[in-house]
Amino acid sequence: MIPAPFQYVRPTTVEEALQAIADGGEDVKVLAGGQSLIPVMRLRLAAPETVVDLGRVAGLRGVRDDGDAIVIGAMTTHSDVLSDPLIAEHAPLVAEATATVADRQVRHRGTFGGALVHADPAGDLPAVALALDAEFVIAGQSGRRTVPAAEFFVDYLTTAVEEGELLVEVRVPKLTGSWGMRYEKFNRVAQAWSIVAVAAVVRRENGRIAEARVGLTNMGPTPLRARQVEEALAGAEATPEAVAAAAQRAAEGTEPSSDLNAQADYRQHLATVLTRRAVTAAAGL
Amino acid sequence: MTAVEDRPGVPSDDAAAPEIGRARRRKEDARLITGMTTWTDNMVLPGMLHLAVVRSPVAHARITNVDVSAVREAPGVIAVYTGQDLAEEQGSLPCAWPVTPDMVNPGHPSIAVDQVNHVGEAVAVIVARSKAAAQDAVELADIDYEPLPVVLDMEEAVQDGADLVHDHLESNTSYHFVFDAGEMGTGSDTDQAFADADVVVSRRFVQQRLIPAFMEPRSVVVQPQGDNYTMWSATQIPHILRVMAAMVTGIPEHKLRVVAPDVGGGFGGKLQVNPEEILCLLIARRLGKPVKWTETRSESLMTAHHGRDQIQYVDVAADREGNVKGLRVRLLADMGAYLRLITPGVPALGAFMYPGIYKFPAYRFECDGVFTNKVPTDAYRGAGRPEATFAVERIMDELAVELGMDPLELRRKNWINAEEFPFTTVAGLAYDSGDYETATQEALQLLGYDELRAEQQRRRESGDPVQLGIGFSTFTEMCGLAPSRVLGSLSFGAGGWEHAAIRMLPTGKVEVVTGSTPHGQGHETAWSQLVADSLGVPFEDVEVLHGDTAISSRGLDTYGSRSLVVGGSAVVKAADKVIAKARKIAAHLLEASEDDLEFAGGKFSVRGTPGTGLGIQEIALAIFAAHDYPEGIEPSIDAEATFDPENFSFPHGTHLCAMEVDTETGFVKIRKYACVDDVGTIVNPLIVEGQVHGGLAQGIAQALYEEAVYDDDGNLTTGTFVDYLVPAASDLPHFDTGNTVHAAPGNPIGAKGVGEAGCIASTPAVVNAALDAVRHLGVTDIRMPLTPERVWRALHDGGDGGERATARTNAQAVDSTDAPSTSGGAL
Repeated sequence: MIPAPFQYVRPTTVEEALQAIADGGEDVKVLAGGQSLIPVMRLRLAAPETVVDLGRVAGLRGVRDDGDAIVIGAMTTHSDVLSDPLIAEHAPLVAEATATVADRQVRHRGTFGGALVHADPAGDLPAVALALDAEFVIAGQSGRRTVPAAEFFVDYLTTAVEEGELLVEVRVPKLTGSWGMRYEKFNRVAQAWSIVAVAAVVRRENGRIAEARVGLTNMGPTPLRARQVEEALAGAEATPEAVAAAAQRAAEGTEPSSDLNAQADYRQHLATVLTRRAVTAAAGL
Repeated sequence: MTAVEDRPGVPSDDAAAPEIGRARRRKEDARLITGMTTWTDNMVLPGMLHLAVVRSPVAHARITNVDVSAVREAPGVIAVYTGQDLAEEQGSLPCAWPVTPDMVNPGHPSIAVDQVNHVGEAVAVIVARSKAAAQDAVELADIDYEPLPVVLDMEEAVQDGADLVHDHLESNTSYHFVFDAGEMGTGSDTDQAFADADVVVSRRFVQQRLIPAFMEPRSVVVQPQGDNYTMWSATQIPHILRVMAAMVTGIPEHKLRVVAPDVGGGFGGKLQVNPEEILCLLIARRLGKPVKWTETRSESLMTAHHGRDQIQYVDVAADREGNVKGLRVRLLADMGAYLRLITPGVPALGAFMYPGIYKFPAYRFECDGVFTNKVPTDAYRGAGRPEATFAVERIMDELAVELGMDPLELRRKNWINAEEFPFTTVAGLAYDSGDYETATQEALQLLGYDELRAEQQRRRESGDPVQLGIGFSTFTEMCGLAPSRVLGSLSFGAGGWEHAAIRMLPTGKVEVVTGSTPHGQGHETAWSQLVADSLGVPFEDVEVLHGDTAISSRGLDTYGSRSLVVGGSAVVKAADKVIAKARKIAAHLLEASEDDLEFAGGKFSVRGTPGTGLGIQEIALAIFAAHDYPEGIEPSIDAEATFDPENFSFPHGTHLCAMEVDTETGFVKIRKYACVDDVGTIVNPLIVEGQVHGGLAQGIAQALYEEAVYDDDGNLTTGTFVDYLVPAASDLPHFDTGNTVHAAPGNPIGAKGVGEAGCIASTPAVVNAALDAVRHLGVTDIRMPLTPERVWRALHDGGDGGERATARTNAQAVDSTDAPSTSGGAL
């Protein structure tokens, strides 16, 4: 369908973008790749007064090496992520999850930052960012601030990005030591959203699991860390039995939604199975 | 395309080889897939106005007030019409298939006047200078509704005292249709057969509601010119639409021209006279201006007719040795809120196919058509026959389990043997030809049956979390709709003939006019192949014209796998007449007796006189000049023909599915799929394989993915393709396909029809395969579609996996937080 009328601004720098947001009136939406916003506007589920298109803000696109972290620009497309050598080397989990996002056409336009700020609980990248302890750099007219992933996802479709602010980049720490990673996604058809997915990052040391981080997709209004699983795994023997026992705790404390694809109890069951599979794979078992 | 190049049977460059049997690439595809055609929505006419429809956001309510004053004031709005405005002239949308003499048809207004009966029903139509202006104004319509009880569940709707969809009717039952073989004299007494049987197996199967989900949305343009009207519509049925629209609106048929330009798919979903087609005509007539309406995808999913939605109660009777003795089928068929073009006929079309390929001595079928507050159902790929095949192929598996027999052995014991054709079934149909054993043997080989059975055993023994199952389905269907007299006996509102004309142009080029209007099937290619062989002219010299009632004056369009069987046969018959007329001219010009002429390779020659001869394309020029032709005949070799088949054709096939079931998650994955179909003579193997692949995709989609879900208030929960899951190529396996060929005896081509085959046979094969994988774990049925959750629940909680959750989806949650309040239900 045709969206309701709106004002359209296309800045070329972050500063111009922030000004455009400030000037945009009551209801401003920021357009990144548009793969969620445009459908919602076409369905007239959103009717913003102003749309600020970041498509020409060149400084927001690309990946750079920043010593102990790689920095992914918010407007880096999923396609760019998939072919980026820094991500392949230091954060292959991001690429693995990105490869499961929607379809090729969507990945060509959709952006890394857009997917994170949209914060759909069924989206794949938030749980990955959480498991990798990424940091979010947010720009406002008063300057920039950095928010850890654990504080970035606030609620359903809601992040720490306040009105008048922009996500500009995401810092993903380089992992040192013997790490394995796995994104285990469960959906019905290839291009669908996750019913449940699990991002696992595991460091092995001397036959034991030294550290495990487990991010859960679509197990609540925000992505979650499966802390009980992580605690159970810390220092555990790297055996299938130990992993299976720990994974049993994956759904503890979660309150997933019920929808056409899954009722809550089934999601909780899936979380335990997928956690076991993801951690097993990440631990190289 | 390289995959295509590598296939055997792809066209050779041998120009002398017959066209029939060549895997020609489709001549229409270049324009269709590169955007070089004019779809209906691409039409732009001077002064054209755009329509947007205000639709009911509630499933069942009285309309108590309609205030469109704000709409009138909106920028760009020319007019707005409510149901009251059009009540006197809109008539009722037609239902062409009164399946019983006492069928109750409440009438179907194109726009609701004082009551709405399903979500999405039109309540006002806005006319504006641009599409955007029309859609912007939708939100300004203020309509008050007084809610009525919503009727959704068929089993509740048929109870005494149930809430009524149409409160002026006595019940929610539209009709009770019965076919009893005992009473018809085509079988023995069914009750007796069950009373005498050793074994009776009874099951309840649910055919979920499906959405045709054609690629091109529906679109209509109407141009008035004086008292003449031209309607362009993305329809499967321009000819039928013209007749029906004339009858509904009172516009004389000869003043109405209907054009179906290139149409992007239908699957039965465009076999309809749509409310919006009538509304466009009425409004164009009122305003004297051209108007266009193109639906949004949301409107399409919500308001275009749906398919299936039946509850099947199936009983089979057999003796201990596995000889079937009787079949009893009782259906509840969801009509939705109204009867559209062939709504009531869809389940009745299946009535004759429940016995499948088996020799049931006794058979009884009854069906109640039930009204609910949902969008009407109507034709969807297979229309009645997939439901029938599903029921019989599922119950045969259940019977095999009950008897402890191999499901293939049970089938083999009961199916019609090759030497028994033609075979008159217990439903009274005369199956024309086939060989089920050979097709089955070939399918088993394609699948690698023995190895997969061995692997299944290994997985069972090791308790593998991923279990393997193999599912069978055989099928036959009544295709080539249809013999007109048979349709008459079934109270269908039209015949089943098809028409064709051939025009020989002065330069020797050939125009073929067909009444069988394609919407993606490849008629232009296949018809060109037929004519190239018949007339001996180059494939490239043939142009196929269709879809415009001013060009193609007679036709009954495309559905029911009828085009090649009936429409193609009309083309061949017309070509025969061209040759017969040309023969007289040739004899005159060659100064020979007609009896001494032979016609081959496009050329008449005098028998025994090699080197002499006259090509039919030369004759076309000669008769155009008309300087020299015999006395007493007309100077034309053009011809037309109408073909009315004597019988249906009966393609058949054996489909085998190997399915992996992840017992931990419930995820099902097709490991391998093999099928061998007999569709009679194959004109173009590439088109046939494409039809089989597409049919398989849709049949598998019913088994695994697709379901139109309504919530308790009658809102369509699966209103976008995020929630209504249509599989893509990546979700489907490689298909191993094969063919046996038994030419249909009932038409000059020998074709049986292929459009619905894959869709009919695959659904039960897939479900049987999944059940075969987990039956040893105590699962006896899983409700379609086999979502992972249902499979998991059937494994862990028993039962068939149950109803779906109807909780709000993510998309709807967005609605609650971000949506502007729209009283008009903007789409």
